[in-house]
Amino acid sequence: MKHLLSINDIDKEFAITILDTAAEMAKVTEGPVKKLPTLRGKTVVNLFAEDSTRTRISFEAAAKRLSADVINFTAKGSSISKGESLKDTAQTLQALGADAVVMRHPASGAAHRLAQGKWINGSVINAGDGTHEHPSQALLDAYTIRKHLAGGTGDLAGLHVVIVGDILHSRVARSNVLLLTKLGAKVTLVAPPTLLPHQVEQWPVKVSYDFNSVLPTVDAVIMLRIQQERMSDLYFPSEREYSTLFGIDAERLSLTKPGSILMHPGPMNRGLEISAEAADSEQSVVVEQVANGVSIRMAILYLFIAGSQESVNG
Amino acid sequence: MGKSILITGGSIEGGVTSDLLIRDGVIVEIAPNISQEADEVIDASGLVLLPGFVDLHTHLREPGRENSETIATGSLAAARGGYVAVSAMANTLPVADNAAIVEQVASIGSQVGLVDVFPIGAVTKGLEGHELADLGSMAHSKARVRVFSDDGNCVSDPLMMRRALEYVKQFDGVIAQHAQDPRLTEGSQMNEGILSSTLGLKGWPAVAEESIIARDILLANMVGARLHICHVTTAGGVEIIRWAKKQGMQVTAEVTPHHLLLTDESASSYDPIFKVNPPLRTQSDVDALREGLADGTIDIVGTDHAPHPVESKECEWQNAAFGMVGLETAFPILFSTLIATGRISWKRAIEVMSSAPARIAGYENHGKALAVGEPAHIAVVDPKGTLKVDRALLASKSKNTPFHGMEFQGRVVATVFNGILTHRAEARSVSHE
Repeated sequence: MKHLLSINDIDKEFAITILDTAAEMAKVTEGPVKKLPTLRGKTVVNLFAEDSTRTRISFEAAAKRLSADVINFTAKGSSISKGESLKDTAQTLQALGADAVVMRHPASGAAHRLAQGKWINGSVINAGDGTHEHPSQALLDAYTIRKHLAGGTGDLAGLHVVIVGDILHSRVARSNVLLLTKLGAKVTLVAPPTLLPHQVEQWPVKVSYDFNSVLPTVDAVIMLRIQQERMSDLYFPSEREYSTLFGIDAERLSLTKPGSILMHPGPMNRGLEISAEAADSEQSVVVEQVANGVSIRMAILYLFIAGSQESVNG
Repeated sequence: MGKSILITGGSIEGGVTSDLLIRDGVIVEIAPNISQEADEVIDASGLVLLPGFVDLHTHLREPGRENSETIATGSLAAARGGYVAVSAMANTLPVADNAAIVEQVASIGSQVGLVDVFPIGAVTKGLEGHELADLGSMAHSKARVRVFSDDGNCVSDPLMMRRALEYVKQFDGVIAQHAQDPRLTEGSQMNEGILSSTLGLKGWPAVAEESIIARDILLANMVGARLHICHVTTAGGVEIIRWAKKQGMQVTAEVTPHHLLLTDESASSYDPIFKVNPPLRTQSDVDALREGLADGTIDIVGTDHAPHPVESKECEWQNAAFGMVGLETAFPILFSTLIATGRISWKRAIEVMSSAPARIAGYENHGKALAVGEPAHIAVVDPKGTLKVDRALLASKSKNTPFHGMEFQGRVVATVFNGILTHRAEARSVSHE
């Protein structure tokens, strides 16, 4: 497998391999020497055509811990902001000898175009494309859920995960629905009908408009960021109403089972989709998600670039 | 002049086999075994002679976007496709919203001389939807415009649409509506359905098209005006038009070859060669469009030939231009999907490709049956021939065909326009000429 464009590119077995590899990577990074020589001599380009802080630095940290050379290419001040086409950017990266391009892009399918355009030879890792997918986020979410609720091994069979918020525009939700169901979890989406995709009933999920009714059976809650401009686009009447119906606070969190976890891909809008109390509660694993993100991205880079199953410590 | 062409042994309009002699741009004899000498002889045994095709929906891009297409290259593409008349859409730069531009387009068209180029006038100035364009002066210009359209944009303001429909009645004009509610399609990228949800591309709901179709049918009926619906794409739209026709309302409708063949599944590749306005819909929509064309609900095939340069398609889906070229592949697609399968007869094919578009647009010299005394506009087609589409071989200046590599049955082997041979395939082989 060369590219990671969509969760559809990986089967259940390989998804578990990624999670297992990430667990090995986590052990390494907990040790005294946080670096592996695995990708020495390889060049990883972080091509971020859309603003991102945590995903970019997470991939950067992951690549550096695997000893790869990292080139950061961000939208602001780069040729992309000067109107350079994706093709020309890709050919530039090819000329630089990129072994992998980690791309964040505002256009859905941009990673597919990069991978299928025959403009570059290296691997393409989708770090979020428009409102399509964000595979590494879903993998780190699955990793986090597995670690807390499935003993850190195997799949997620029997677990119930609820994803709450702007499903319509969320690449995190799309990748998570595909991955979590692939791993055997039951997924419920909670959102106002305006923020659910058309024909969502054909997705392998349950849908509810009543957050409270779902909470007692849930093992993990994934809150999605609600963007301020959605209100002006008529998706809901007011932030206050959204927060009341679909936000999570301490009171709502108390409806969940003991041991359940609260997640958010960040950045959070405290006071909108998540209250400060909930975000900072014992059930919140938001900060841990960031750390797990580095391990997952190390696993992805290792498996997709090194391309072999040699020992992580080798 | 005085040039003559003898076409021997072809099936006339899919019926009897006969020879056909053309002199001075006119069909002078149709009979078995015509023994007269001619300047040019075409052996049409096994081939079918059809009235030359008329396209009511063509983007020739000139003036202003000559990097995509010119009237000359578009005319040649049309001739290759069996067309003898095209209708140049108004969304040029500057917009064809006044007599000067439409006369210029018509004049260049006649200088090129490969097809009749009939300019379509804009409905509103600059296609902006705020003020009526110079409808009367375009109608009374040398270009004699009868079809008006803001195509590319919808005349979305209902009052503007009412006024336009009423106003063009004075010269028996027709408004060709691009039915797309702009508010429901802000930023839309593809058909709204399970695929748009999965692909994360902003959906373009069927209702955005159907609501305008319904509204405009009611408006046109109220004011007693002629309405033509461009590129219908949805089963619901077909149903509304079927209902309107049953009520005896004056409405005509068009379908493109690509909407008769392709579905939104194509978007899964994120290759914007499949990005088009209105978008490709679902298989059930395709089925309804074919049924509508067969049963007369949809009157014509219009190509919506929309050339774009390479860079407009070699990019991310959402940044790509809408549209695909279609003049050179229209007949093979119609043949493969509907004629070869027995869904429509040669008679119906002639209606949808030639006589009905000519009637709707008022092109008096076109769409006539092949008969002695009529203008010699003829498409000679080979029902057994195949066309393997190679974008590099298209006559169109732009190569944005979604059909590259696809093979179709039914091939246009020769086109006669006003008694002039404007296209002749080299050989009756399987390869593209």
